[in-house]
Order: sequence, then structure tokens, then C-alpha cells
Amino acid sequence: MLDFNFHLEDGELLGLIGPNGAGKTTVFNLITGVYKPDEGNIVFSGRDITGLAPYTICQKGIARTFQNIRLFKDISVLDNVRIALHKDAPYGLLKTLLRTPGFFRGEIQMDKQAREYLQIFSLEDKADEIASSLPYGEQRRLEIARALATKPTLLILDEPAAGMNPKETRELMDLIRWIRKDFGLSILLIEHDMSLVMGVCERIYVLDYGQVIAEGLPEEIRRNKRVIEAYLGEEVG
Amino acid sequence: MEKKRFVPRSFLIEVLVLAGIFTLVQYLIVSGLLNEYYQINLSAMCINIILAVSLNLINGFTGQLSLGHAGFMAVGAYAAVVVTTIYSQSFILGLLAACLAAGLAGLIIGVPTLRLKGDYLAIATLGFGEIIRVILQNIDFIGGPAGILGIPRYSTWPWLFGLTIFTIVIIANLINSSYGRAIISVREDEVASELMGINTTNYKVLAFVIGALFAGLAGALYAHYFYIIKPSTFNFLKSFDILVIVVLGGLGSTTGAVIAAIFVTMLTAALQTFPAIRMVLYAVILVVVMVYRPQGLMGNKEWGRRTFGRIWGEKNEPLANK
Repeated sequence: MLDFNFHLEDGELLGLIGPNGAGKTTVFNLITGVYKPDEGNIVFSGRDITGLAPYTICQKGIARTFQNIRLFKDISVLDNVRIALHKDAPYGLLKTLLRTPGFFRGEIQMDKQAREYLQIFSLEDKADEIASSLPYGEQRRLEIARALATKPTLLILDEPAAGMNPKETRELMDLIRWIRKDFGLSILLIEHDMSLVMGVCERIYVLDYGQVIAEGLPEEIRRNKRVIEAYLGEEVG
Repeated sequence: MEKKRFVPRSFLIEVLVLAGIFTLVQYLIVSGLLNEYYQINLSAMCINIILAVSLNLINGFTGQLSLGHAGFMAVGAYAAVVVTTIYSQSFILGLLAACLAAGLAGLIIGVPTLRLKGDYLAIATLGFGEIIRVILQNIDFIGGPAGILGIPRYSTWPWLFGLTIFTIVIIANLINSSYGRAIISVREDEVASELMGINTTNYKVLAFVIGALFAGLAGALYAHYFYIIKPSTFNFLKSFDILVIVVLGGLGSTTGAVIAAIFVTMLTAALQTFPAIRMVLYAVILVVVMVYRPQGLMGNKEWGRRTFGRIWGEKNEPLANK
């Protein structure tokens, strides 16, 4: 289905676009280990991560969001972020069951960290609310906060602006730029919203029917004939 | 501030209330005011609470529908009885053997079955529960279908009360921690949880083993209260009874499990002379609850200090301001 070859530099903000059904989300699922590739390799930070379990891949520093939001709906906003912090839990199971001082220190530390992530996304006032009760845009932001809390070096955003209004999209663009600079991470972005992709991405891959049909700077992509065809259909005659 | 953090006032109140309940009942038993009938039901109540709270960890918090809880109870009961009755060792050793054996059984059954989801897992655990019962039935060393008679009554009120509280505290401690949140994330969305770096299989097995371990403990207490155990006591109807308690109380609420266990035990006691009506009433109550309150009595809410999401109600504010 998918014949795909691409690379991402350290600290780069890469966009992945393409018409519906081009295989963009499939690429994300392959990278994060949800699907296993039939052939080929995925190399991350010089290590082969092909075929590893999703949780191992996350522990190696790749975090993602989902096209249709997948928060832990029935629990609090704070807990959503704290769950992402669990892989580096500062206390063990024995300390948990016995409630040693180390456990309380660890909890305070995790609580503080989680609230810092919420603050970045201006969600700190909603910490105790149930995740599914947040408005759509805030759920999107919470999902990014949760992904960031796993302390990734590569953040994969699957249509982060889907369902947002233009103002929210603009704010999101600023936020994405800021996150990349402040956290020093690479970002891979799938997006339908052209203004967002063209606005923030440094380099863009265009995918159609599982093939890369174009690669380059935003301006080059804008003028690329094949890309226009893929999006708008071929000229008649 | 520091002092308040480690011993909040509500904790002291809890301890005092529990100590009060314990002393009162102990006094009533010693003075003979509480007759045998009430004592039996009180013991059954404690055992049901342990069973419901431990099953709730698997079904309610981890979201894995298990129908084999009676099987683990049986493993614990038999392991303890073998130690105390056949090898005449102390009750403590019996209890340890029960926890160990049931936890091990949970591990052996959990690892292959927890790959399955939903209905398939339910059927698989149901099957395993029955397998355990059939195996016990066919071992002559432990009495075969007739079971074991003449088990000493070691399960006194202090043991029952103490271990019930112990179970609740350990499971509440687990749930209100990073590990508990990882377990709950499996219930909420397994894929997302896995992608957040959580080894979901490990946590499912962990919850399953701990749940099984406490079911074994309940089995040991049961065996040493009622003098006799036989495999048929631990059939799938017993698993179903526990499941009814958990569903009534609210999947994912320890408070709910405790309240429902108390309620169902009292109901069973009140209707002891009309066993036929008891089952009908069970069904009616279950239907009514499912129609009018499908999330169970408590939903996933908890009472008291340990509300999920804000671990120490009193502490929440200073924590936020740090």
C-alpha cells in the first residue's frame, strides 16, 4: 500500500501533506509502532526501531497526537498528563503500596511537572475538570500537552488544527514554533490546513496513493505541478 | 505544614472511626450480645468486601472483564487449608500460602488470557475458573469432590476486620498512585495508553495478579470460618455473585464495591429462608439498577479523603501552589 522513503533532520519541523487516503496517518502509525511495516526500516536517532512495541518507541522519545482526539476521557485533565509522566515514575511499586515519604515526594514532583505542562497550554485552571468536558480546541491542546509530557525528541502531530477556527489555528502555529524552540525537539506534522503547513513547516513532503510525489520548501511545493494535480485533479484536455 | 502533610486530620479521624467499629464489634462478640447468626453474616460481609474490592481492581479499574474470581478464591482456600489442616502449620503461613498460590494462578492464567479483549477474555477467564474447580475435584489428596472437613476456625473477627481493611488500603494505595493511573489509562484507551509509553500488558497482568491474590486471601478466610470447603462452592455462580456486587456498586469505585458488598450480604442474610425469592430479587435489583443507574450506585466516585484525582483533599491546595 505504501512505498515511502523520507528522512527528518534533528530539530526540523517537517510537514506531511496529501489528499485524503494518501496514507499520511498510516505513516504515523508505522513510525509509532501501531502497525508493523512489511519491509523496510525505521531508524530513529541512529537506532533501528522497526517492529518495536509502541510503548518502547515512546520510551525512546517519539510521542504523538491523534487525528480523532484520543484523550483518557473520563478522568481529569491533570491525570491525563500525569499518565504520560508515568514511564519516568519517581517511585516504585513497593513505595506506592507502603506510602513511604518517597512516594509523597514523587507525587508532589509529578503533580508539579504535570501542572507545568498544563500551564504551557493555558490549561492550568482546568486541571481538575474531566477531560471530555473541555471544549474541542482545549482537548486538542491537552493532547499535545500529554504528548509533550512523555519528554519526546520527536513530536508527531496528526492534524492538530482539525476543527479549530482560524484564530485558534494561528495561536496553534505560534505554539508549535515555540514548543520546538523551547523543548529543542523535531516535529512532524500532518495537516489539511494549508495555511498552517505553509506557515510553520520548513520542509514538506507530499504524499499521494502511498507515494512521495514531491518534497521541498513550502514555496516549491506551492508551485509544484504534480501537487496541484493531486489536490485539484488533472487539467482536462 | 510538613507535619500536616504526612498525618492529615482526616486520616486520624478515619483511624479512630475504624478502631471504634472494631472495638464495638469485638466487645459485642466477647460479651455474647452478637449471636452466631450475626457473626456468620459479619464474616461473610468481610469476605465479600475483599472479593468485591479485588475483583473491582480487575473489572472496574483495569476494565478487563474477568469471570474467574471464584477460581482464585478456591486456589487460596485450598492452599491455606493444605498448610493449616493437612500440614498443621500456623494460620499466618496458611494465609501467605493462599496469597502466593492464588497470585501465581493469576499470573499463569493472566499472561495468556489478557491478550484477549472484552467478551473473549470473559469466556476465557470463565473457562479457567471452571478448570481450577475441576482440577481440585480430581485431586484425592485434598478430598476430591467431597472437599476437606474439620478445618479449624482461625478466621476470628480481628483477622477478618484487619485483613478487610488491609485489602482496601492496599488496593486504594495502588489506585491512587502513578501505577493506578497507568492501570486506569488501560481502561480508558489502551492504544493511547500504549503510545504514552505504558506497557499495557504488564499493567493488566499486575492488576490481575493482585486481584487474584486478594481473592485467594478471601478464600483462606472463608475456609477457616466455615469449617468445610468443597470444589462446588467455588463454581461460576460464585464468580457471578461477586460480579453482581461490583456492578451494583459501580465499576471503578472501591467505595461502591464495599457498600454493595455490605448491602448484598445483608440482603442474602435476610432472605436466607427463601432461597428462590433471593435469586429473583437479585435479578430484579440488577435490572432496576441497570435501567435507572447503569453506572452502579457510586459510578466511579469515591467517598472520603482518597478521591481519585485529588489524592489528599486537604493537600490539594498547597500542592498546587508550590
